[in-house]
Amino acid sequence: MAIDVRVTANMQKHLGGAKSVAAEGANVRELLADIDAKFPGFHDMVMTEGEIHRFVNIYLNDEDIRFLDKLETQLKDGDTVSILPALAGGS
Amino acid sequence: MLPRRKIDMPVTVYIPTPFRKLAGNQTYIKTEGDTVGQVLDTLGAEYPGLRHMIYDEKDQIPGHINIYVNNQEINSLQGKDTPVKDGDELAVIPAIAGGSDDAEDDRPRVGALTPEQVDRYSRHIIMPQVGPVGQRKLMESKVLIVGAGGLGGPVALYLALAGVGTIGIVEFDTVDLSNLQRQVLHQNNDVGKPKAVSARETINAYNPDVRVVLHESPLTSDNAMEIIPQYDIVVNGADNFTTRYLVNDAAYFAKKVLIDGAILLFDGQATVYVPGQGCYRCLFPAPPPPGMVPSCAEAGVLGALTGIMGSIQATETIKVILGVGEPLVNRLLMVDALSMEFRTVKLRRDPACPLCGDNPSIEGLIDYEGFCGSPFPGHGVEGALS
Repeated sequence: MAIDVRVTANMQKHLGGAKSVAAEGANVRELLADIDAKFPGFHDMVMTEGEIHRFVNIYLNDEDIRFLDKLETQLKDGDTVSILPALAGGS
Repeated sequence: MLPRRKIDMPVTVYIPTPFRKLAGNQTYIKTEGDTVGQVLDTLGAEYPGLRHMIYDEKDQIPGHINIYVNNQEINSLQGKDTPVKDGDELAVIPAIAGGSDDAEDDRPRVGALTPEQVDRYSRHIIMPQVGPVGQRKLMESKVLIVGAGGLGGPVALYLALAGVGTIGIVEFDTVDLSNLQRQVLHQNNDVGKPKAVSARETINAYNPDVRVVLHESPLTSDNAMEIIPQYDIVVNGADNFTTRYLVNDAAYFAKKVLIDGAILLFDGQATVYVPGQGCYRCLFPAPPPPGMVPSCAEAGVLGALTGIMGSIQATETIKVILGVGEPLVNRLLMVDALSMEFRTVKLRRDPACPLCGDNPSIEGLIDYEGFCGSPFPGHGVEGALS
């Protein structure tokens, strides 16, 4: 079950430097735990107290997982998951 | 004391059809004055009926009357103080009847395009999606740009080139040398100058027809609902979360479309919020605590990416004004400049949104000072927010 996990440039430096990370999991919760096992510290960038940060969105393909089954959203081989923290830059 | 000039400048004033009966059925009247105000006063003294049309009871030129000097609208010059010289031609152009029935609306009315305008905007006008009607929509529209920096720069430039009639700029900062890596409104000689002033100079150098309105203070819960309702569309080029949530809330309350964009390093985000169809709080319910997401000043930003994202925001603004195509409504565009991949994800209105959800808890603008645990823009440490 290989899932392609896309991350922003700001997160890439904590995740090996590539635009995406290959990880595994039957659902989003397992997927995030798998990434954290490979890159300690990842968990705190995305989650707090068992929930996804309110300034971070996770998409399965093009759908926000908040409108699917949140952390229990099921994944299948070939899915793309995107992790998107809020950006505030404009100047 | 300056020597008083003996001869006032003879100028010609064009009188449009609806006013001619008030001016002895003349199309052109020769008159005198050193400034637009003097010319109008001389004219009004001779034709009191005409004066009544040009000035309201407060002796101001009402919003539905535009005065042009040699095809340039005086609000983009020095207003009534605009100097005139021998041979200049003034035109008094009233709004065309019809359209909005809102008497309080001071929207600049655009009549037939002048030959110069037809030439200037010809590459737009020949497109069936624009045409002369669309061009006039652009010229009548009023767009507020929050921030005259990396995103606000290309937005302002392309809207000005397209002939957007009124561009408002919210900006209180001054130009810093480190801005010049990306901020196309400002140049070397502008370092130390207020960004708003520099922005207006650049915009009017590109297109003198644009009326540029400066709001030279930070956007706050006190002034946001005075400024935003004056415009048709709001474009977000803010550089901090505090202002982004404030702009979002104020645009929602004022029922204005918000063209949003944000950048960091090599990443860009853009979307269009239509009130009632989702907002920034639906997308990101809360800002990150300080330090979790770095600012451009802390992490950096690719200068050319601001050009990409700002141009996307300008494009979306023009589409919304023209009513063409499919703007980024209910879609979030994510741009990764490193891989040069553009992807869109769905953006939905969240029924639990505290602002635009089914049971909203936010009923007015919040006092945002310290909202993000960061100093308020304008009162903080320079560089911490920009």
